[in-house]
Amino acid sequence: MKLVTAIIKPFKLNDVREALSEIGVQGITVTEVKGFGRQKGHTELYRGAEYTVDFLPKVKLEIAIADSLLDQTLEAISKSANTSKIGDGKIFVTELAQVIRIRTGETGEEAV
Amino acid sequence: MKKFITKKSGLGLLAALLVIFPGLASAQELDTGDTAWMIMATVLVLMMTIPGLSLFYAGMVRSKNVLSVLMQCFAITGLMTVIWMLWGYSMAFDTTGMVAGVVNLNSIVGGLSNAFMSGITVDSMNGTIPESVFATFQMTFAIITPALIVGAFAERMKFSTMLVFMTLWVTICYVPMVHMVWAGEGGLLWDWGIIDFAGGTVVHINAGIAGLVAAIMLGKRKGYPKSAMPPHNLTYTIIGAALLWVGWFGFNAGSAVSAGTSAGMAMLVTQIATGTAALAWMGVEWITHGKPSVLGIASGAVAGLVAITPASGSVGPQGALYIGIAAGIGCFYAATKLKRAMGYDDTLDVFGVHAVGGIIGAVLTGIFTAEMFGGTGLENGISSQLWIQIKSVIFTIVYTGVLSAIILKVLNITMGLRVSEEDEQEGLDLSSHNESGYVL
Repeated sequence: MKLVTAIIKPFKLNDVREALSEIGVQGITVTEVKGFGRQKGHTELYRGAEYTVDFLPKVKLEIAIADSLLDQTLEAISKSANTSKIGDGKIFVTELAQVIRIRTGETGEEAV
Repeated sequence: MKKFITKKSGLGLLAALLVIFPGLASAQELDTGDTAWMIMATVLVLMMTIPGLSLFYAGMVRSKNVLSVLMQCFAITGLMTVIWMLWGYSMAFDTTGMVAGVVNLNSIVGGLSNAFMSGITVDSMNGTIPESVFATFQMTFAIITPALIVGAFAERMKFSTMLVFMTLWVTICYVPMVHMVWAGEGGLLWDWGIIDFAGGTVVHINAGIAGLVAAIMLGKRKGYPKSAMPPHNLTYTIIGAALLWVGWFGFNAGSAVSAGTSAGMAMLVTQIATGTAALAWMGVEWITHGKPSVLGIASGAVAGLVAITPASGSVGPQGALYIGIAAGIGCFYAATKLKRAMGYDDTLDVFGVHAVGGIIGAVLTGIFTAEMFGGTGLENGISSQLWIQIKSVIFTIVYTGVLSAIILKVLNITMGLRVSEEDEQEGLDLSSHNESGYVL
């Protein structure tokens, strides 16, 4: 099993969710986050006072999937979140040691 | 207040005489139209402070200080109401001892014969309106003027000291300025021949200079100008600016103290100058900073309102356009470049907008009142009036600058002007009032 963590532009969230539903992903966790990468921040100007905003708002998705779904998932996110502009975000893939569905006690890929 | 240059028609002279001699005026019959308009105008001017100015300021501070600014404006509204009743109205408008052309103590400040508003009965008249309405109308001016200063020391002043400061300031700086400019013949600046229809010197330069002095004497906010201190909610600010704009018709057109031609023209020129100044600030900001901003256009509108205030009883539409352009551009540079160059921390640009806008308006009134610009005309020509206006501006700056500094110095020694560094860091909402603006 894999845990896919994707940082994307907030306005792409719906597109990504639809793309993931299409390939059969059962659930995702969404968090509003802030950060910076190559896009860096932006500046704001109030009556001549300039402030640099270092951290930009992004959305973080966490998706637990079976190994067999990994390639499709990465492709779905990459395509649906892409604007070809700087700041589109990143996808991280990590090994997932265990998954448990709390209600039934199911474990492993059955619980994903 | 109701001083405007009338053309020498019989009717104009009569009107001027009635305005100048309250004795004659009080013999006038009540005009229901005038009274209805002045009650409306009074409500509009009160709306300028609560919630207009309060929101305008509240949006510009950081979220941890939003309530402190609203609280200060609201408390000032109550405090000034009581002071105006107790001694303010009397010291401002008591004409005892005032003699045309004679400079004495009563040229500067009125007596206490109307203290506790003892002279106001249900039948008292001021011109064609009840004195009760006139006194309340003037009360709303005495509320907004000190409230304007709040912007200069926002985010760091001790609430208790603020209340004492405002009590002393309105008594020593505001009330005498009202008396000298608006109380009638024998008033110092009235006798000089100043044209200040609705309060360029009395309200805006007065508050703006006091703000500058307060900003300097309190010192900079912790972290200024290195840490980011952006406005926390410009939606409030633009709502506040919009309420100020609408309320200002009460301020300027109400200063005619009648529902007639003067009020009508004041309304028109106020609208023209404000719209023009909003666009002027937006435009110059667009050119110099690359983008037109919400804070910029709102600030420009207020700058225009300020600048047209002294001129609104005597200039025409053309003069209003020029005053609007001058205010929009002049205040933009004062609030952006001048503040940074001088290094003082006037939190919300009370000096940059109100003092500078007031000075621009007061001086230009001496030019655009001339008939050639569509104004009501100047008896002794532009250069003579211009000098009177400049002299009055300088007088106001020195008078309020020196006295505000003395008041603040005394309070700094006795009560302390600032909250502790820790309280400032925590935010005044929690540290001064035990409340939070946003519980989300």
